[in-house]
Amino acid sequence: MAEVHIPAMLRELTGGRSTVEAAGATVHEVIEDLERRWPGIRDRLIDGGRLRPNLSVAVDGEVSPLGLREAVEPASEVHFVAAIKGGA
Amino acid sequence: MSDREYAVVGTRPVRHDGADKVTGRALYGADFDAAGLLHGYILRSPHAHARILRIDTSQAMALAGVKAVVTAADFPQGSDRMVDLGEGDVPLSYVRGNLLASGKALYRGHAVAAVAAVSRHIAEEAAGLIEVEYEPLPCVLTAPDAMQEGAPLLHEDLKAGNAADHHQFAMGDIDAGFAAADVVLEREFRTATVHQGYIEPHAATALWNNDGRVLVWCSTQGSFVVRDVTACVLDLPVSRVKVTPLEIGGGFGGKIPVYLEPVAALLSRKTGRPVKIVMSRKDVFEGSGPTPGSYIRVKIGARNDGRITAAQAYLAYEAGAYPGSMVVPGAMCIFAAYDIANVAIDAYDVVVNKPSTAAYRAPGATNAAFAAETVVDEIAEKLSIDPVEFRLLNAAHEGTRRADGPKYRRIGCVEVLETIKRHPHYNAPLEGPNRGRGVAVGFWFNIGFASSCNISVNADGTVNLVEGSTDIGGTRTSIAMQAAEVLGIAAADVNPSVVDTDSIGYTAVTGGSRTTFATGWAAYEAAQDVMRQLKERAAKLWGVDAASVTAEAGVFRSGDKVLTFGELAARLGETGGPVVGRGAVNPKGVGGSFSGSIADVEVDPETGKVSILRFTSVQDVGKAIHPSYVEGQMQGGSVQGIGWALNEEYYMSPDGTMLNSSFLDYRMPTALDLPMIDTAIVEVPNPGHPFGVRGVGEANIVPPPAAIANAIYRAAGVRMRRLPMNPPAVMEAIWSQRD
Amino acid sequence: MHDNIRIRTTINGEPREFLCEPRQSLLECLRDILGLTGTKEGCNDGNCGACTVIMDDRIVASCLVLGAEADGATITTIEGIARGSQLHPIQRAFLESAALQCGICTPGFIVAAKALLDQEPHPSEERIRLYLANNLCRCTGYDKIVRAVQQAAAMEEAPQ
Repeated sequence: MAEVHIPAMLRELTGGRSTVEAAGATVHEVIEDLERRWPGIRDRLIDGGRLRPNLSVAVDGEVSPLGLREAVEPASEVHFVAAIKGGA
Repeated sequence: MSDREYAVVGTRPVRHDGADKVTGRALYGADFDAAGLLHGYILRSPHAHARILRIDTSQAMALAGVKAVVTAADFPQGSDRMVDLGEGDVPLSYVRGNLLASGKALYRGHAVAAVAAVSRHIAEEAAGLIEVEYEPLPCVLTAPDAMQEGAPLLHEDLKAGNAADHHQFAMGDIDAGFAAADVVLEREFRTATVHQGYIEPHAATALWNNDGRVLVWCSTQGSFVVRDVTACVLDLPVSRVKVTPLEIGGGFGGKIPVYLEPVAALLSRKTGRPVKIVMSRKDVFEGSGPTPGSYIRVKIGARNDGRITAAQAYLAYEAGAYPGSMVVPGAMCIFAAYDIANVAIDAYDVVVNKPSTAAYRAPGATNAAFAAETVVDEIAEKLSIDPVEFRLLNAAHEGTRRADGPKYRRIGCVEVLETIKRHPHYNAPLEGPNRGRGVAVGFWFNIGFASSCNISVNADGTVNLVEGSTDIGGTRTSIAMQAAEVLGIAAADVNPSVVDTDSIGYTAVTGGSRTTFATGWAAYEAAQDVMRQLKERAAKLWGVDAASVTAEAGVFRSGDKVLTFGELAARLGETGGPVVGRGAVNPKGVGGSFSGSIADVEVDPETGKVSILRFTSVQDVGKAIHPSYVEGQMQGGSVQGIGWALNEEYYMSPDGTMLNSSFLDYRMPTALDLPMIDTAIVEVPNPGHPFGVRGVGEANIVPPPAAIANAIYRAAGVRMRRLPMNPPAVMEAIWSQRD
Repeated sequence: MHDNIRIRTTINGEPREFLCEPRQSLLECLRDILGLTGTKEGCNDGNCGACTVIMDDRIVASCLVLGAEADGATITTIEGIARGSQLHPIQRAFLESAALQCGICTPGFIVAAKALLDQEPHPSEERIRLYLANNLCRCTGYDKIVRAVQQAAAMEEAPQ
């Protein structure tokens, strides 16, 4: 099971838990698994079939450009982080 | 230092565009010319907040030499929708609204109308003849004020009022953390609005061509951003817009937003001629995007042994007229240098009646570090621990969890601190009254994102390299060097070009410290592709299996057969034709960068003037592809940080006017204000990148204001909690201490 | 409309004659009328030095000089610094010392540095910084620019 870290402002949906386990081979599957147990969380993360534009997903500490399609290993850590765009 | 020996990476060749840039031949945005060129001028709101009741352009149109006038009414009409232009979802009305105001002017300087005429002077005269009827409204200028109950509201559709966004990070148990501390300090900080200060004003030319395509020539950090925004705003498919980037005279994040191109395009459509718009310096200050002013509260608790047990922060950043300040990156960076189990951060993005903010070099992080690094310094002093030692006791390292969640991979915070600790500057005696030394550290993530590159081999053994990253600081060369390293040829034998949006695959902005990292990676991939093909060609010439061909240092071998790169390049025609390699990347493997500043200052106790006696910038860059330009980034960012610390601010009147919108009074550092800026390049290679590159551009601006504040404390005995720390501010602090 | 004025100058060693409006600055005339776009506009009020040219043996901010005032003057712009196809030692030093990043301030600095070294072949660091104090650079922090001027001074004294 992957270890999913819940952003502080979504913890109301997971009963205050900051870390939960979820099953899935991709980030999308992991989010679907979260939705089964904590309904409403998917809509906060996904919009129109892709990750909300202000969010990125980091798997094992690396932000992934693949977003929902990024592969998740059984022991992965998954974080939803603010999308950092261009500064200079 | 990294172990690998490279032939080209790490050397200091002369930059490929050098001759053009030292002779004045290089063409920047305002240098562009075309047959039939018209000149545009933008009329801007004199009010910080006002309803726009009526615009009458008839007198302007009647002036001889005027060819067209446009307002927001000239945008394609239709219902609003959300658009994603690379900065997250925003309403299209916000994007259009900042280009030409509709309904309300939200800041002094907000574009309201634009004129095209046969000369700049006539266009400016005509703008003065446009009659705009305003209903002035009360304005609000700081985040705390804008968050008050009853504050004037900028956008009636924002549900939460002016606090457009609230973000939180939380780890561990913050109350338990503070309870376990022996020392707890809480301090408040304020920073003023500051501009990136690029010397070249924004400039763009657009032609709405007879075939329906919109052609643009401009100075920009991102030609594909200009393309995408222009197309979106004008309801065109992206293929109908072609952007040719010219050279760019500085950006630092401020030339990522689009201000002029769609407006010039609208004027061109009305006139059938190319229209060039160049901002005046005043327009740059009042009409482009500075970086947020901010209000920050930091509370840190530590045990007597020096371990931080808890850290809490409240950040409220001024977004300007439209939501989207970089408060969240600031919140992510504020404690990023430390391994702390209990953290709680609240970050607010607040709209105010000031220009809509843009990124400025590690956006959000400098404000945050000013606050956090000052409190860290104060706690270290209370515990009688050396400030560098204190940071080392708490330093982030591989596996440390950051407040926003992810654990660091290989990271160079400890190495930067140890470099400071050992550095001759840190260990040099500093004698004399009113003198003091301060240190601080800072962090920036750096970004990856997409880049494309093509390389074609010339018969004379050189290659042409085509890429789409506008070259603000020598990246044509850092990219060419990475290709040269793979190909085994000299950097001078790579001929790099920065091309338009029709001629290269999608390439994200020159910003976010990504260009040498990501476009360099695309060049690396393109070069690998070239090598694969060249090995096949050599195999064909020799009648051997391609797998038996090796290449090293520009020489191809199989058994006892040998060909140099140049010899093989001369024979491509007979082995199958041109060899063209391509690379297109959107890489993971981004590595963040830590930076530290050591500042020696002298404070004049009678005037409050702070002189920088000595300054050293330390930064983990992963791998310095071209050390001279890496040093240049560290020096440039440090000096911007020095200006931010000591003098720069938008000096606002209560009615929302920037009173110092010129280089005379918006006081940036000159050569006379500074000593040499020493640099110490640290290389903790980024395991994610072929050459270990992390990206150097940004992190170096983060620590200087805090380092200088900490130095002022040791020189004059006062803790500064506002930026800028200009002479009146320093004197006030000194006097209040005496009372 | 304003009546145009006829201006006769020598620019980069060549006689140049042109018509301009009374309100046009020398900077505008150079860039918009004569096509010499190497001299840059950064602020148009004399505070950044990007428009520096040499006029009758002294450096001026060409944005603060009217085109009309240039009548009869001898002017050197960045386009006139190189020696034919050979770069001037100052230009070579800027490249070798990596004293430019975006390059927009570089023409102004090179012209100002040439004027300095023509008068003072061996300036101290302090003199260099003082002389160049009206040339703003936002990219480099000035360190490598000052070193480039020092290097150019040393190059000029080496036997040619």
